[in-house]
Amino acid sequence: MALPVEEIKKLIMDSIPDATIEIKDLMGDNNHYAAVIKSSQFNNISKIEQHKLVYKSLKGKMGNELHALSITTEGK
Amino acid sequence: MDINKKIESLISENEVCLFMKGTADAPQCGFSMAVSNVLKHLNINFKSVNVLEDENLRQGIKDYSDWPTIPQLYVKKEFIGGCDIIKEMFEKGDLKKLFEDKKII
Repeated sequence: MALPVEEIKKLIMDSIPDATIEIKDLMGDNNHYAAVIKSSQFNNISKIEQHKLVYKSLKGKMGNELHALSITTEGK
Repeated sequence: MDINKKIESLISENEVCLFMKGTADAPQCGFSMAVSNVLKHLNINFKSVNVLEDENLRQGIKDYSDWPTIPQLYVKKEFIGGCDIIKEMFEKGDLKKLFEDKKII
């Protein structure tokens, strides 16, 4: 099952309102994405914690509906 | 055996332990292959655990680490990250440094 880009963005923005998000659909199949996400919420926490915030915003979809989302996070 | 105990014994007995889909020689997912290749490139001896052989372990490791995806790398019982983090650390030279700091290499 696939998840459209706009829905992924919305889920992330709901949890991380100041996020700047760029998402690429790597294969054009709504199923393999790469996302670059910047937020002040990532300042001064570890990479693991940053990625966990993104995963939590996706509410369990990661690893299920959403198979492949490569994540790069940065503070701002 | 309780799955958390099994995971704890795996990460205690193996200084570098990679939970992955497939094996180091025959990965069954691009993300698992990427991490396995990075470790090989750094000449790290590691234990690979194929989560596809054990559904309990496949879910158990996600719960244990509070991390929803596979692969997952543990070094000396510490969760280091998944594919994106490992690749990023490798590209910045931080992964080699981590192995040096933890006296693996």
